[in-house]
Amino acid sequence: MVPVDYYIILSAILFTIGALGVLIRRNPLIIFMSIELMLNAGNLAFVAFSSVHKSFDGQIFVFFVIAVAAAEVAVGLALIVEIFKTKKNINIDDMNSLKG
Amino acid sequence: MMQPEYKDYYTLLPLIILIVWACLLLLADLFIPKSRKSLTAFLSALGLAVTLGFTISQIGRESTGFNDMVVLDGFSTFVNVLLLVSGLLGIALAYGYVKRMGLERGEYYTLLLFSVSGMMLMAQADDLIIVFLALELLSIPLYVLAAFKRKQESEEAGIKYFLLGAFATGFVVYGTALVFGATGTTSLSGISAFVSNGTSSPSTGSGGTLLLTIGAALLLVGFGFKVAAVPFHMWTPDVYQGAPTAVTAFMSSGAKIAGFAALFRVFATAFPALSADMADVIWALAALTMIVGNVVAISQSNIKRMLAYSSIAHAGYILMAFVPYGNKDVMSISIAAGLFYLVAYVITNFGTWAVVIFLEKAEGKDLEISDYAGLAKKYPALAAAMAVFMLSFIGFPPTLGMVGKFYLFRAAIAGGYNGLAIIGVVTSLVSAYYYLRVVVNMYMREGDPTIEREPWLSFTTAITAIATVVLSFVPQWLFLLASTAVFRQF
Repeated sequence: MVPVDYYIILSAILFTIGALGVLIRRNPLIIFMSIELMLNAGNLAFVAFSSVHKSFDGQIFVFFVIAVAAAEVAVGLALIVEIFKTKKNINIDDMNSLKG
Repeated sequence: MMQPEYKDYYTLLPLIILIVWACLLLLADLFIPKSRKSLTAFLSALGLAVTLGFTISQIGRESTGFNDMVVLDGFSTFVNVLLLVSGLLGIALAYGYVKRMGLERGEYYTLLLFSVSGMMLMAQADDLIIVFLALELLSIPLYVLAAFKRKQESEEAGIKYFLLGAFATGFVVYGTALVFGATGTTSLSGISAFVSNGTSSPSTGSGGTLLLTIGAALLLVGFGFKVAAVPFHMWTPDVYQGAPTAVTAFMSSGAKIAGFAALFRVFATAFPALSADMADVIWALAALTMIVGNVVAISQSNIKRMLAYSSIAHAGYILMAFVPYGNKDVMSISIAAGLFYLVAYVITNFGTWAVVIFLEKAEGKDLEISDYAGLAKKYPALAAAMAVFMLSFIGFPPTLGMVGKFYLFRAAIAGGYNGLAIIGVVTSLVSAYYYLRVVVNMYMREGDPTIEREPWLSFTTAITAIATVVLSFVPQWLFLLASTAVFRQF
């Protein structure tokens, strides 16, 4: 059996990749995918800890996270489509009409 | 399988009413013709008022519900009343504004109700699962509202708020996972019981404390985004500027109250044992937030951006009072001071945004500070109200902001953080520069501003201006109320 520590380390690596992706990438879709990666890193950690503690709380939390992430996708993609309609372009660097 | 009992429903009664009302309103709105959308506004305000009535009827009650997932106590009641009043003021500001700007769609008010219900759930959450759900329930409608104008800058505000809000959610989820890993529970009381027993979990061994500390720090990052604390404030100026002004007014009050409610409850009930490590982190956050917020605000020429930085700075003052949260003697006065300041901030904030909405024209015209020149000569009452709000933001007597700051500084000094209090006083002095610039523009420069007359806007401005001044003469009464807003004891 794979030790639990490995799952936790993997989840930490995934979380870091996700966080870096949000900070580095310039396409909102990719940023969005990176955010999903962060959430799923959390899910992985939850499931792993859940088996350590022999408790279902963590697994239930995972369902909530999945459901809420789906709701977020609905709003996020709608926003991105809407922006593409007005600007014909979704690059984050071009979203600079607000500054000061 | 446990069946929900009367007690469970009673704990969440106001929230349930509000959510059911919002769902029904969403349906009812389909049958309201486009030309009569003001009916939706009145119905949603009625829903908030009914909920407010039930919340007030719960004053002094304490209970828990749904397996201790949610809690009803003095703190939650106090915060809920404040949130519902913000919701009502938010509708009053939006009523004329959305008509004038061509944004009048029924969803506006329903989304606002859903957001308020998320904020109320946040105040009542007693489990990290509920904190997470509440955070999303309050944020997702706000993302939509920020992009409501469907013009370039509004959409940009929406996507920026969305991406950074979702980013913060990632931190909250991962932080909760680590806290769960360290303690084996997500219940706030369970976590604090686990920590005070001093036992570390058998599998994680001595690494348990480390996991818990990292988890708490990640949660702090998540809440830091919500209350716009430096260095998690990057989204604030852009979102506040791009979003429709009525949305900004509601968002800057409501989301901040909810964020601080979660921060207070989670840290004061679950992590008091970590205060030795966390106090330094919060100290640094508070100091940075006060300094950056106030200093950057000086160079802003757009009033919405200036107010965005000012809202960042005010988050710093509240954080300052929260630094000594681990100290049992100071904790209650520091939370009472934080709540008092939130009341002062919300009243002043809504008034200020009401004045901004008075002047704003379509296409974002008349939002520069220089556009306020000559306001005092033409509309003396409006200028006087704005001057009161600016003085309250600075913390100048006789306004509620001055009393609020006094309590915050007292809490910081009682906790032994004199250095932080000095930073607070100095940055308040700095803030006088940019707030007074608005006053100088109104009273000493020549100009010909025009305003949009609208009864609900005048009503909001008048009532907040009067409250800002009058309440400052009877602060003990409000502070006493805030002091009774304590957490339920386990």
